[in-house]
Amino acid sequence: MPKAEFWQGNKAIAMGGVDAGCRFFAGYPITPSTEIAEVMAEELPKYGGKFIQMEDEIGGIAAAIGGSIAGKKSMTGTSGPGFSLKQELLGYAYISEIPLVCVDVQRGGPSTGLPTKVSQGDVMQARWGTHGDHATIAYAPSSVQECYDLTIKAFNMAERFRQPVLMMADEVIGHMRERIEIPDASSIGILDRKKPKCSPKDFIPYLADEDDDIPPMAAFGDGYHWHVTGLTSNDWGFPTNNAEEIDKKIGRILRKVDRFRDDVVEYAVETCEDAEILVVSYGCVARSALRAVRELRKRGVKAGHFRPITIWPFAGDELEKIVADRGIKHVIVPELNMGQLFLEIDRVIHGRAKTHLKTLLNGELFKPAQIMSYIEEVA
Amino acid sequence: MPREDVTKWLRSQFMPHIWCPGCGHGIIMHAILRALSSLDKDPDKTVISSGIGCSSRMPGYIDTCTLHTAHGRSLAFATGVKLANPELTVLDVMGDGDCSAIGGNHFIHACRRNIGVCAIVMNNNIYGMTGGQASPTTPLGAFASTAPYGAIDPPFDICRLAIGAGATFVARSTIAAPQMCETLIKKGIQHDGFSVIEIMTHCHTQFGRKNKRARPLDNFNFFKEHSVAKSKADGMTPEELEGKYVVGELYYDDKKVEYTKNYEQVIDRAGRLSK
Repeated sequence: MPKAEFWQGNKAIAMGGVDAGCRFFAGYPITPSTEIAEVMAEELPKYGGKFIQMEDEIGGIAAAIGGSIAGKKSMTGTSGPGFSLKQELLGYAYISEIPLVCVDVQRGGPSTGLPTKVSQGDVMQARWGTHGDHATIAYAPSSVQECYDLTIKAFNMAERFRQPVLMMADEVIGHMRERIEIPDASSIGILDRKKPKCSPKDFIPYLADEDDDIPPMAAFGDGYHWHVTGLTSNDWGFPTNNAEEIDKKIGRILRKVDRFRDDVVEYAVETCEDAEILVVSYGCVARSALRAVRELRKRGVKAGHFRPITIWPFAGDELEKIVADRGIKHVIVPELNMGQLFLEIDRVIHGRAKTHLKTLLNGELFKPAQIMSYIEEVA
Repeated sequence: MPREDVTKWLRSQFMPHIWCPGCGHGIIMHAILRALSSLDKDPDKTVISSGIGCSSRMPGYIDTCTLHTAHGRSLAFATGVKLANPELTVLDVMGDGDCSAIGGNHFIHACRRNIGVCAIVMNNNIYGMTGGQASPTTPLGAFASTAPYGAIDPPFDICRLAIGAGATFVARSTIAAPQMCETLIKKGIQHDGFSVIEIMTHCHTQFGRKNKRARPLDNFNFFKEHSVAKSKADGMTPEELEGKYVVGELYYDDKKVEYTKNYEQVIDRAGRLSK
């Protein structure tokens, strides 16, 4: 039987992690994500898992990567300033292909900014924050239920693709409380990383399977010896300066997600069939936007809503198709930043509809009435 | 030639190594391998973590579970590995920059937690790989590419730092005493807690050429002349010890409980309370 809970978003993220099989959490206190660490400190030891409060944000992600290499599903959590600090080691986990879930409960920035107020200012940092090219998978939950469900998905994707997966929550979603349903443990689909089937002496640690471009991963202690490095490496995991080996490695870590893009990309649409005006929003903003769209529908305005659930990879092909097929005339994008996802939205729409960016940077939320007025301006 | 029980720990397919001819790091690596071998450690259950720099390339050449991390962060990674699987024997090899500059925070907190990791700090007083910049252990007045008029930043004493921060086995040796290095590393690996073995080594290429120690042999002689055994040093004044390296076992405490064992208590308590 599913059971109902009345949880805060941050608690739902932590409990989603626990139910996904997370048994290692390392982090550092930071508003507005601290509750994730607090819940993990309380819950993980009950399951024989481990929690450690590290000396800083970088130590938090470093220890979580170490935990993952030692075979535990691992997680770290943070907010804006801490997310900036974690960028280098996110890159480490991308190149060395270590599964990890990193949560960023976004707050206002830059710098210390607005610790207790909401923003969506880290959207581009999620995509390009660490140096070098890599494939990003990032979820933007829009409800407490999604905090739970998407964290489970984030772990599954991290395990499947052997790389970090980001939960890009925001202060409103992280601190909001609402009713959610927790499914039976038996009905939750859990994915675990592929383990090597060969004998240790035949193990080539970064030799990927052709059918998915993902190398099986042994844990330290499993009897397989391998070398993990942040340097660009060959199939043996050993540093290389050979152009062919570099191309092979970088090409593969990009391709392994790209070729299964359709398994990753998620979005939700509402009343798009005959829409002339489309609002595109995600995270906490989508709650106000959906309210606005529903209200105006009642009044006969042909408005629809498109909500990216994965902000990376972005559902660009899908959005483009909706705009083209339905003959949408206006696309309105309210964001709690200066248009970080708007750039991507505008790029894929490519002049097929008029695009309107609406920004808010003062830590407040868009009210439904505000978004209604944006729609009415173009209706 | 190294003994067979030592060479079986090598990934000779990844040789030649990157170190300059005459570098002290090879002496330390040999001492580590002799220590692992004589303790009969299982390579399947041994992890060697490192940061960035010449010294941190060492794990790549060792046939066990090896983790070459980011600059300064190796102890934080090693902490994660050890806590996630306390059965593993975890070593951490790092340079003076890794340990006491960019990774200084991780270093003092690993000491404080007393986590069961054996940290071997290869102190050559310089950033060698990047071309000879001053490190937090560059002696006052010594020359470096970023201290062209002599260093004015007072150096850290890594062992005193470790003792002050709570490490429970702290020792020092030099590459001029490879047997002592092996003995201390063995004790460090066997110690149930956080151990620090600082080994004074040299970078004749970067430090030596600017500081009148350009030949490897100059450095061997320097370390021999400037080493003082702990037992002898105990009877000397601070003035007499100025510029000397006190070598041997400097601090030992077997009362403080190792971190992952403390966490087992947390698991017990959580289990009892949630019932």
